[in-house]
Amino acid sequence: MKTPRALVPVVIGLLILGGWEWFVRSGRVDDVLVPAPTQIGEWFWSALRDGSLASATWVTMRRLMLGFVIGAAIGIPVGALCARSSLARDTIGVLSLGLQTLPSVCWVPVAIIAFGQNEAAVLFVVVMGTVWAVVIAVQESVLSVQPLYLRAAMTMGSRGWHLWVHVIFPAALPGIISGLKQGWAFAWRSLMAAEIFVVILSGFGLGSLLHAGRELLRMDQVVGVMLVVVGVGLLADLIFFSPIERWLRRSRGLER
Amino acid sequence: MPAHPSSESHSQLTLSNVTKRFHGRAGLVTAVEDINLQVKEGEFLVLVGPSGCGKSTLLSLLAGLEQVDEGSIKLDGADVVEPGRDRLVMFQQDALFPWLDALENVLFGLRLKPGLTDAERSEAARYYLDLVGLADKERAHPHELSGGMRQRVALARSLAPNPRVLLMDEPFSALDALTRDQLYGDIQKIFTQRKKTIVLVTHNIREAVCLGDRVVLLSPNPGRIRQVFNIDLPRPRRINDPALATLAADITTALSAHLAEPKEGLV
Ligand SMILES: Nc1ncnc2c1ncn2[C@@H]1O[C@H](COP(=O)(O)OP(=O)(O)OP(=O)(O)O)[C@@H](O)[C@H]1O
Ligand SMILES: [Mg+2]
Repeated sequence: MKTPRALVPVVIGLLILGGWEWFVRSGRVDDVLVPAPTQIGEWFWSALRDGSLASATWVTMRRLMLGFVIGAAIGIPVGALCARSSLARDTIGVLSLGLQTLPSVCWVPVAIIAFGQNEAAVLFVVVMGTVWAVVIAVQESVLSVQPLYLRAAMTMGSRGWHLWVHVIFPAALPGIISGLKQGWAFAWRSLMAAEIFVVILSGFGLGSLLHAGRELLRMDQVVGVMLVVVGVGLLADLIFFSPIERWLRRSRGLER
Repeated sequence: MPAHPSSESHSQLTLSNVTKRFHGRAGLVTAVEDINLQVKEGEFLVLVGPSGCGKSTLLSLLAGLEQVDEGSIKLDGADVVEPGRDRLVMFQQDALFPWLDALENVLFGLRLKPGLTDAERSEAARYYLDLVGLADKERAHPHELSGGMRQRVALARSLAPNPRVLLMDEPFSALDALTRDQLYGDIQKIFTQRKKTIVLVTHNIREAVCLGDRVVLLSPNPGRIRQVFNIDLPRPRRINDPALATLAADITTALSAHLAEPKEGLV
């Protein structure tokens, strides 16, 4: 019988956790500095029970998703406009290219000064993280749509809006999706930075929980929140981006 | 929409002194030069000639995908300036959309044609897929089809909307002999039943003689019309007909004679 593919990593993971537990328990390191897996588990359990973890995760996810959706909603049409008009490309396009290279954490001070320590500031940071990557990705992938597709569609009578919806957009979709994924990653990183370094008065997110852990010298909390952050990132990939990318590759025969 | 009575027998497509140049990286290339040609409504015109003599360029000009540098192209007396649904192109490379399956690809042009119900569109799409022998492949995406199958889907896609003018660039080149022979029959049937105007490009002289009312021989550098042959054989024609083979041999002789001629000999 074939062993299931998930079995090997699970066994290896359990071995590592067991070794770690034994290492801390044996007293070779201070468990304030290096908490054992069971200690992290205990924090996790208590944070789940008092609801602080769930509410922090919810606050963070809401900011991330709202900002990401706004960023994509701005970035996609603006990117399309840049592909369409060389004037837009030479202005907005070049600006986006420049701002995309700016680490999105750099938007945090700007946002705090402009908006204060509130929801608008975090949202601004997330939007700025998303939007430039999306603009560039959409512009580039629309510009590299095969002219043959456009010619074929046009001889069949496709024009304007129809051409965009039924030809240009589907043809550019793989590039647009990878742009969205990149925008999502930028937004996620800058949101964490904002939440860790600035007290956002309007809501207590995962970053704030991490920051509180540091103040209390609670390594179990710090590591526990980090694991949640990893989990959120993985989940976004697992339930959103990966299925879309797999479907795209499969339906177009790009699978290796 | 103005009516175009099919009794109308004056020239439908008129090319006058058409010249097209491309600014390539290697400099200016004259793809076609001083082409004068008239295609009558309901005529089957075949363009033959060596590679690079401007056959595809001529089709692009007729389709309105490229603009002439000199001269004019008129369709029913109006200048051709942009692509239109009345002139469908089947490209030399199959231009199927990879994000759609075979049936959806065939439906693409049909959906843009007004005045049809969805049921009529699906029926037409299935009819033409069946005609090219791909009824069982309607859910397959282009990458799941062989090269010849893709070309057949492209053929179905260009036939399905039933355009007045059909511009075809080597539509049968990637097909096996059996499918090809069958499609020669089908295309002639469609041509005579639906009274279409067809301009077809091919390298195969026999194919040209089998299908064309007229065969136009082009020569390269720059692309010009060298000779026009009228084919008066009765339809439907069979590719294995001996009379057809004799005529094809004559044209092949003319073609090789032209190719052997020094360039200065051009008139
Ligand atoms: N977009 C373009 N840019 C530059 N040169 C071009 C372009 N399209 C065609 N040409 C040139 O124009 C000439 C005619 O090309 P065309 O594609 O019409 O030839 P063809 O007769 O269709 O050849 P084939 O039988 O190989 O398909 C060639 O010399 C080609 O290099
Ligand atoms: Mg060609």
